[in-house]
Amino acid sequence: MANAAAPQKQMTMGEGGLALTFAGLALLCIVIAAKAYTPEYAFHAYLFTAASVAAVFAIINRYYNRPAERAPLTIDGKPNYNMGPVKFATVASVVWGIAGFTVGLIIALQLAFPALNFDLQWISFGRLRPLHTSAVIFAFGGNVLLATSFYVVQRTSRARLAGDLAPWFVILGYNFFILIAGTGYLLGITQSKEYAEPEWYSDLWLTVVWVTYLLVFLATLWRRAEPHIYVANWFYLAFIVTIAVLHLGNNASVPVSIFSSKSYIVWSGVQDAMVQWWYGHNAVGFFLTAGFLAIMYYFIPKRAERPVYSYRLSIIHFWALIFLYIWAGPHHLHYTALPDWAQTLGMTFSIMLWMPSWGGMINGIMTLSGAWDKLRTDPVLRLMVVSVAFYGMSTFEGPMMSVKVVNSLSHYTDWTIGHVHSGALGWVAYVSFGALYCMVPWLWNRKLYSLKLVNWHFWVSTVGIVLYITAMWVSGILQGLMWRAYTSLGFLEYSFVETVEAMHPFYVIRALGGFLFLCGALIMVWNLWKTVNSAEAEETAGLALAPAE
Amino acid sequence: MSLWQKHAIFEKNSIVLVIGILIVIAIGGLVEIVPLFYLKNTIEKVDGVRPYTPLELAGRNIYVREGCYLCHSQMIRPLRDEVERYGHYSLAAESMYDHPFQWGSKRTGPDLARVGGKYSDDWHRDHLRDPRSVVPGSVMPTYGFLAKTELDYSHIAEDLKVQALIGVPYTPDMIANAVKDVATQATTDSPDAADLTKRYSKVQVRDFDGNPGAVTEADALIAYLQMMGTQVDFSLYDDKANIR
Repeated sequence: MANAAAPQKQMTMGEGGLALTFAGLALLCIVIAAKAYTPEYAFHAYLFTAASVAAVFAIINRYYNRPAERAPLTIDGKPNYNMGPVKFATVASVVWGIAGFTVGLIIALQLAFPALNFDLQWISFGRLRPLHTSAVIFAFGGNVLLATSFYVVQRTSRARLAGDLAPWFVILGYNFFILIAGTGYLLGITQSKEYAEPEWYSDLWLTVVWVTYLLVFLATLWRRAEPHIYVANWFYLAFIVTIAVLHLGNNASVPVSIFSSKSYIVWSGVQDAMVQWWYGHNAVGFFLTAGFLAIMYYFIPKRAERPVYSYRLSIIHFWALIFLYIWAGPHHLHYTALPDWAQTLGMTFSIMLWMPSWGGMINGIMTLSGAWDKLRTDPVLRLMVVSVAFYGMSTFEGPMMSVKVVNSLSHYTDWTIGHVHSGALGWVAYVSFGALYCMVPWLWNRKLYSLKLVNWHFWVSTVGIVLYITAMWVSGILQGLMWRAYTSLGFLEYSFVETVEAMHPFYVIRALGGFLFLCGALIMVWNLWKTVNSAEAEETAGLALAPAE
Repeated sequence: MSLWQKHAIFEKNSIVLVIGILIVIAIGGLVEIVPLFYLKNTIEKVDGVRPYTPLELAGRNIYVREGCYLCHSQMIRPLRDEVERYGHYSLAAESMYDHPFQWGSKRTGPDLARVGGKYSDDWHRDHLRDPRSVVPGSVMPTYGFLAKTELDYSHIAEDLKVQALIGVPYTPDMIANAVKDVATQATTDSPDAADLTKRYSKVQVRDFDGNPGAVTEADALIAYLQMMGTQVDFSLYDDKANIR
C-alpha cells in the first residue's frame, strides 16, 4: 500500500455523485419536513434528512481513509471477496429476527388478553401486526436473503462483489427502508395492502434500492470465473426480478401531495383485490420460497459435503415453480366477488404447484444421500433438513387449503395463520438459522461456539412450532365449524362472539409456542455472539482471505 | 445433443436467464388480471353505489390507519351461514370506489361489509371506547382516543382530487365543497343537509359521536361504519343482469 509510485487519490464518479445526490435529498427532505401535513410525516422527512447527511459524511470520511487504489479483484490469484456488507446484513438479520419474534409474541398475547393493548393507539394490535409481519418477513428474512445472496454469488462465481459503494447502498438502504416502514406502522402510516403496507415514499426508496441490488447481483455474475451460473443463483435472480415486478404492480399509487404521507392505490375493488393477492401470494412464492430455496441449494450441499441430488430435477422444478406460482393468487379470494373462472384457475394451479414444491423438497433432502449419518452428528444440518421437511409439509397443506370446499371452512380462520407459520417458522426461519450457523463461523473465521446449544435451539423451537400449529389447526377448524353450525330448528347456533370466546385457550397455547420459538432464537444469539467473540480459528473453514473492510 | 444440454444457454448467460424468468412469470398474472378490467361482471354498475362523502372517506382512512382490516373482513361470501349472519353476499360493484379494497383476509372479529345501520351511533361510540362494555367476550383493542381527537380535514379536497384522477367520479362541485361537506355531515339538522344530499344520495347527516362541539375522528369513523353496505337496495337488484 505504501508504494512510492502510488497514483494520486481521486474521488470516483460514484463517490462524488452519490454524495451530491444525498446532499440534494437532504435539502429536499428538510423542505418536505417543514411543510408536511402531519407531524408523523415530518418525522419521517427528518429521518430521511438525517440519514442523507450521515450518508454524505460516511462517503467523504471513507474517501479520506481509503487507499488511493481500489480494492483488488484478486489477491495472489484468489478472489478478494467483499464480505463487509454480508457481515452487516448477517448481524442485522439476527437483530431484526429477535425484534420480529418478540412483536409476534406480544400480538399473540394481545389476542388472548386484550388488556395488553394498554389503551395506546401506537401499540394496538392493528398497528403491531404489520410491524410483526414486516419485521419477520422483510427485516429478518430480507437481511438473510441479502447476506446469503451476496455471499453465495461471490463464492459460486469466484469473483468479488461488483461495485464499491453500491453493495453498501443496498444493505444500508434496505435497512433504512425497514426503519421507515416499521416506525410508520406505529405512527399509523400504512396503505393497508397486506405485506405491502409502507406508503408511497418508502416504496419509491425501496425501488431504487432494489434496482441497485439487481444490478450488483448481475454485475457480480458477469465477473464469474465459472462458465455456468450455479443453481442457487437462478433462484436468487428469480426472487430479485419477480419481487421488483410485483412491488411495482401492487404499489402503483398517487400521493395526495408530496407533503402528505397518504396515497391512493390506482386499482380499486375487485381489480385491486386480484393485484394484491397476485402480489401477496408471490411474496410467499418468490421472497419466502425462491429466495430461501437458493439458500437450501447452497448451504445444504456445502454442509453435507455432497453434490445437489439431481441437476435435471433442479431445472424442471425451477421453471415449473416460477411459472405455476404466479397463478396461485386467486385462492386467497375464493367465494368472493372475484369471478369464478379466476378462482378456479387459482385453485387448479395451486394444486399443480404441489409437484414442483415437492421437487425442491426431494432435491434438498436427497442431497444427503450417502451422508444420512450426519443428521445424527450435525445439528446444523438437521435444522436445515427439518426445514425442508416443513417446506414439504406446508406445500402440501397449501394446495389442500386452496381447494374451494376446504377453503370455505378454513378461510378467515386461524387455520390460515397456522399454515403460514408452519411455513414461516418451520421452513423459512429454520433454513435461515441453518445458514446463519454455517455463515457466521465462515465470515468471522471462527469455530462455532457450541453444537450442543444448536441442539437445544432446535428442540426448544420445534416444540414451540408444534404447539403453535396444532393450536391454530384446532382453533381454526373449530371456529370455522362454529360459524356454520345450525340448531335443529334451523337457526345459527352460535353468535359471533361465542366463537371468539372459544378461541381463548388456543390463543394462550399459541403464545406459549411463540415464546418457546423466541427462546430458541435467543439461544442462537448467545451461541453466535460467543462464536464471533472467540479466538480466531486456526483451520480456516470458509474464507481464505480477509474481507476488504 | 440432448434437450438437457440446451438449458446451458440459460446457465451461461444471465440476461437470457432474466428474460426467461420475466416471460415465465408474466403469463399467469396477465391472464388473471387483465380480463378483470373489461369483463362485464367485474365492472358492472349497480344502482345506489356512489363515491364516499368526504367525511366517510376520512373515516375510511382512519379504518385503514388503525389496521381494522386485519381483523374484520368486508366480503360476505355466498354461503348459507354467512348470508344469514351478515346479509346479502357482497357485489364487486360495492367496492368499485375502494382505493384500496378492504376485503380483508381474517375474521378475528365479524365481517363489516353490511354493518351500516345494524347498531346505533351510541353503541358504536361505546364500543369504540371500550368494546368489552357492550360485548363482554370481545378481544378488540380500545379506541377511546378517536372521540378525543379532532379530525384534520383541511386537506380533504386534495384527497378527492386524487381519487377523481384515478377514476372515482368526484365532480368539481364535490371537490370544491369537500371541506364544507365534512362539517355539514357531522352536524345534526345542518341547514346545508339538502345540498349535501344532492351531491351524495342517501347520505346520513347527524352528529355521530355525541359531541356537537367538534368534528372528531370518531365522527368520521362512525359515519363510515354506518354507511357500509347500505347503498344497494337488494329488493330491486337483479343478480341475473350480468350473466352471459
